[in-house]
Amino acid sequence: MWEKHRAFERNSIFLTVGILIVVSIGGLVELVPNFYLKSTIEDVEGMRPYTPLELKGRNIYIREGCYNCHSQQIRVLRDEVDRYGHYSLAAESMYDHPFQWGSKRTGPDLARVGGKYSDEWHRDHLIDPQSVVPSSIMPAYPFLADAPITGREIQRSLEIHQRLGVPYSDEMVENAAVDVFAQASPDHPAAADFAERYPGVAVRAFDGDPRRVTEMDALIAYMQMLGTLVDFDLYDGQADINLR
Amino acid sequence: MADKKDIDEISGVETTGHEWDGLKELNNPLPRWWLWVLYATIIWAVGYWILMPSWPLINDHTRGLLGHSDRAVVVERIEALEALRRERGGRLIEASLDEVVETPALLEFAMASGRGAFGDNCAGCHGAGGAGAPGYPNLNDDNWLWGGTLEDIQESILYGIRSDHPQTRLGDMPAFGRDGILDIEEMRAVAAYVRGLSGLEVAEGADLDLGATVYADYCAACHGPAGEGSRDLGAPDLSNNIWLYGADVETIVTSVREGRASVMPAWEGRLDPVTTKALAVYVHSLGGGE
Repeated sequence: MWEKHRAFERNSIFLTVGILIVVSIGGLVELVPNFYLKSTIEDVEGMRPYTPLELKGRNIYIREGCYNCHSQQIRVLRDEVDRYGHYSLAAESMYDHPFQWGSKRTGPDLARVGGKYSDEWHRDHLIDPQSVVPSSIMPAYPFLADAPITGREIQRSLEIHQRLGVPYSDEMVENAAVDVFAQASPDHPAAADFAERYPGVAVRAFDGDPRRVTEMDALIAYMQMLGTLVDFDLYDGQADINLR
Repeated sequence: MADKKDIDEISGVETTGHEWDGLKELNNPLPRWWLWVLYATIIWAVGYWILMPSWPLINDHTRGLLGHSDRAVVVERIEALEALRRERGGRLIEASLDEVVETPALLEFAMASGRGAFGDNCAGCHGAGGAGAPGYPNLNDDNWLWGGTLEDIQESILYGIRSDHPQTRLGDMPAFGRDGILDIEEMRAVAAYVRGLSGLEVAEGADLDLGATVYADYCAACHGPAGEGSRDLGAPDLSNNIWLYGADVETIVTSVREGRASVMPAWEGRLDPVTTKALAVYVHSLGGGE
């Protein structure tokens, strides 16, 4: 047998093809079943696609590289659950393209930061992190408060997510450019339509200024809903199908 | 070449057949210890497949003979942690302030546990030492917006202030300027008048009569005729020269123009009852507890 292996060792093309075959088998056996196994993504109540404003905030989060320091994944470890709350479920990032998991943290995990701080705190903290947390090493993002939002871009973003399988209706995509403003302006003429399209979603001036909708509104709207969607009263984490 | 063995004359070991400027590479076998380690890891892997959850199949993954689940284990560990907290500090939940203060073990537990929870959950806004910041109340002084007894503090922690909790503390300072109720002259006048309530210097030329009228008409209902404030509404005392946002005229005008409605999140559900009570005791101890 070892004599036959000599053929691989002495021919680089043979060796390359051989490695490809072995790694492919590993990938097929270990990865592919996860695409069809029902237990991969938990069955939960409450998950919904991001609203246009939240999705815009998420795009800003990715643009600014927040993921370089912050993960969005509470691991299945006692100290993490004690500090951050219920461990993250696969279902909670099923509409994320791309997901924001990670094991490298410079700042705290943000998977359940929604509701932990007030909107004002987020605004103050993003404008000047050291003003509220003196020992913080986070950079400041004051320009977000001065960057107005454009509707066209977010409509395109929803369209792409729809194509990737996120269950946005065509109506949601068509109205994204209006909805993105409606969520941050309580008196917006489209507020009622927005509430119908995204029931139960918080509508308020996230950056404290109802007259303007800025990237600050978007990022805070995103922060404040992180990890708040799944109804854990209706989720049985110890059911056999949810154990792993 | 492959079928023709090339033996190195000096060591008697077969070479790889490669030659670089007269140097040949010996084809020594792998060290035996290394090979055995490799075989051992292969055997270990087979054992792991059988004992632990591993292979994804058609409907589910194999569960393994040991029936291990990270998600089951973490729940057990959290329950053990909470049981330990109840064991050490369970008496806190029902204990009155006097009982806590008089029981050294309880007080020690509450302070240690409260300090830890404060650093993780409260320091972001109120500062590591509870000194606060503009917009975030100082917890070290004896001035309380919503009351400083142990029960008051605990209620603020549990339900929050203007939070999304149904039992939240509520009180609203309207946006008098933005909503067109007061004009800029009136706002400047009332700002000057309010500074006067705290005995601060009032700018020359300020219309204090207009300020007093505006104050009586629009502010006194919540902040009291003499600016003493109201804890039921969370309306700050305006006569004690303690300023949540700032004492300069511009800041006061901003408060009047845009209103103030800062939010403290509700912690019920996020923190367990023992930790909540420990936090209340800790905050109460910071200096100004009533």
